[in-house]
Amino acid sequence: MDLTTDKKLWMYRKMYEIRCFELEVDRLFKANMIWGTCHLSVGEEATAVGAIAALEADDMITSTHRGHGHCIAKGGKLPQMFAELLGRETGYCRGRGGSMHIADIDTGNLGANGIVGGGIPIATGAALASKMKKDGRVTLCFFGDGANNEGVFHESLNIASLWKLPVVYICENNLYGMSVAFSRSTAVKNVADRAAAYDMPGEIVDGNDVEAVYHVVKKAVERARRGEGPSLIEAKTYRWLGHSKSDANVYRTKEEIEEWKEKCPIKRYRLKLVQEKIATDEELDRIEKEVEKEIRDAIEYAKNSPEPSVDDIANGVYA
Amino acid sequence: MAEKLYIDALREGLREEMQRDQSVFLLGEDIGIYGGAFGVTRGLIDEFGEERVVDTPISEQAITGIAVGAAVAGMRPVVEIMFFDFLTLSMDQLINQGAKIRYMFGGKAKVPMVIRAPMGCGTGAAAQHSQSFPGVFAHFPGLKVVIPSTPHDVKGLIKAAIRDDNPVVFAEHKLLYRVKGEVPEEDYVLPLGKADIKRKGRDITIVAGSIMVIRALEAAKELEKEGIDVEVIDPRTLKPLDMRTIIDSVKKTGRVLIVEDDPLSFGWGAEVAAGIAGSEAFDYLDAPVKRLGGLDIPIPYNPNLERHAVPQVENIVEAVRELLR
Ligand SMILES: Cc1ncc(C[n+]2csc(CCOP(=O)(O)OP(=O)(O)O)c2C)c(N)n1
Repeated sequence: MDLTTDKKLWMYRKMYEIRCFELEVDRLFKANMIWGTCHLSVGEEATAVGAIAALEADDMITSTHRGHGHCIAKGGKLPQMFAELLGRETGYCRGRGGSMHIADIDTGNLGANGIVGGGIPIATGAALASKMKKDGRVTLCFFGDGANNEGVFHESLNIASLWKLPVVYICENNLYGMSVAFSRSTAVKNVADRAAAYDMPGEIVDGNDVEAVYHVVKKAVERARRGEGPSLIEAKTYRWLGHSKSDANVYRTKEEIEEWKEKCPIKRYRLKLVQEKIATDEELDRIEKEVEKEIRDAIEYAKNSPEPSVDDIANGVYA
Repeated sequence: MAEKLYIDALREGLREEMQRDQSVFLLGEDIGIYGGAFGVTRGLIDEFGEERVVDTPISEQAITGIAVGAAVAGMRPVVEIMFFDFLTLSMDQLINQGAKIRYMFGGKAKVPMVIRAPMGCGTGAAAQHSQSFPGVFAHFPGLKVVIPSTPHDVKGLIKAAIRDDNPVVFAEHKLLYRVKGEVPEEDYVLPLGKADIKRKGRDITIVAGSIMVIRALEAAKELEKEGIDVEVIDPRTLKPLDMRTIIDSVKKTGRVLIVEDDPLSFGWGAEVAAGIAGSEAFDYLDAPVKRLGGLDIPIPYNPNLERHAVPQVENIVEAVRELLR
C-alpha cells in the first residue's frame, strides 16, 4: 500500500494542476469569459487527489457542483474542460453543460451535479451495476457536508450497506454548505458518525493531507472490491473562496479563512516531499512550470474552439 | 407611487405580512444572513430574528413537509426553495400531502402555506438551475399557482398567497428580480384568479405569463410601429385561471398568441388554447390559435443556445406578423 515516488509526484502535479485551473477559471470569470456560475475547490485539492489516487483507472466516480478537481484528478483533459466552461463545441458536454455538468464517461467520471446529493444514489447504482456484472470496479462518491442532510444520502447508504455494494462515500466537509455552518445544519458532530446507523465503517481524515486521504480511501476501496461493502469517509477541509461567484463571505471571518490558508495542502505536501528527499525544489518547480504551460495551452485551445451551432440545439435529448 | 425593483417589492410584501401576522414565518436554505441565493430575504433576519427567518439544512423534501405540518397546525409558513428546479425534490410532500390534505380529510384541515422559488433561464446556470415549469403544479388539484410579472403584482400577489388558506406555488422568474416598476405605498392585496390587461389593443391578443409579459410588451411596442395594435393579457395566476378575461379579449381581437416560458409540450398554454377553443370566442377567431414556448430540450449552457431555448422578443414579433398575414 506504500506510495511510489512516481505516484507521489503525480499527486503533487495533480494538486497543482487543480489549483492553477481553478485560479484561471476565477480570472476568466471575472473577465466575463465564463458565463453562468461556478464553484471552485481551491484549498480542497488534497481530498480530490488523494482519494482518486486510491482508485484503479477503470473505477468510477460521481462528483458534485464543486467538481473541477475530481474531474482533473480522474484524468480529465484540461483543454476539454476549459472548452466546456467557455461553452464551446469541443468541450466535454459540447457546451451544453457548463461547470456544473462536466462528465467524462471514458475516464469513469459519471459527472458533476447541480443537485446537492444528486450523485449519491447514482454512485450507488453504478456500484450495483458492477456487482451484477462482476466487473470488479469500485465507485467513489464525492459529496459535500451539506449533502449529508438530503434524504437520498440516508436512503442510499442504507441500501449500499444492505446489498454490500462496492461503493465508497467520501464527504468533503469544508465546514459550510453555502452560508450555513456545518454545526448549524447537522445534528451529529461528524458526518462519519452516521456510518454507524448504516453498519459500515466510518473514518475521519485530515482532508488537507493528501497521503492520509490516500491511505484511508485505499483501505475502503480494497474492502469494497473484496465484496465487503461500502464505507463512509469524511475529509475535513476548507474552501478558500466564496461558495460561488456571488458570495461576499458574510458568514465567516477573514481570520478563519487566513488560518486555513496556512494549512495549504499543496505547500504542505511540497515541504514534505522535499524534507523526505522524494524530490528537490528544482524538480517540483519544473513540474509547476509544465503544468502552467499545459493550462495556458488548454485555454488557447478553448478560445480557438468553435461555438455550438443553433441548428443542433434540439439534437441529443434522446438516445 | 414609487418605482421599485421586483425583488424589493416582493421583500416588502413578505415583511408586511410578517408584521401583520405573527403566524407567518420564512423557511429555507441560506435565507438568513446570506439573504437567500438571490437576496429576496436580505435583512429580514435582522428584523424578525432566527425564529421567524429560519435557515434550514439542505433537505427540500423535509422542509416542504415541515411547512405542510406547521400549516395544518396553525402557522403560515413561506418556504423558499433556492431554485425552481429543486421543487422536484419537494414534490411528494407538496402534491401527495399538502395539495390533498384538505379534501382527503373531508374538509377538516387547511394548509395555508406558500412555496416560492426563482425559475427560468438567461443566467447561464444550465439544465438543473434554469427550468420554468409552474404549469406542472397547475395540473394538481388542491394547489394554487401564481406567476407574477411586475413589481406591483408580485407584492400584491405574495400578500394574497400568504393570506390564502391553501398551498400556493409562487413562481418568480429570476430575470424579473431586477425589473423596475411602480408600486403603491398603501397596503393592497391582489386577488388570486384575476387576469390583468397589461396593454389594451384591437388587432391581436397575446396571453403571456411571467417574464413573457415583459417580452410581449416589448414586442407590442415594435409592432405598433407597423400599425399593429396588440392587447397583452397576463393571467397572473395559472390556478385559478381567469379564462373570462382572455375569452373577452379574443372575442374583440379575433386572433390570439399564447406565450409561455415552460417547455411548449403540455405547457399551460395548451390549457388556455383549449379554453378558447371550447368557448364562444371560437366563433370569433380569424386565425388558428398560435403558441410559443420553450423548446422541448433541457436548458443548454452556451449563451447563444440558451437564448434560443425560450421565446425572445423577436420570436413574438414574428409570430404576430404571421398571425396577421
Ligand atoms: C437539491 C439542491 N438544493 C440546494 C442547492 C443549492 N446549493 C448548491 S451548493 C449548496 C451548498 C452545498 O454544500 P455542500 O454539500 O457542503 O458542498 P460545498 O458547496 O460546501 O462544496 C447549495 C445549498 C442545490 N444545488 N441542490
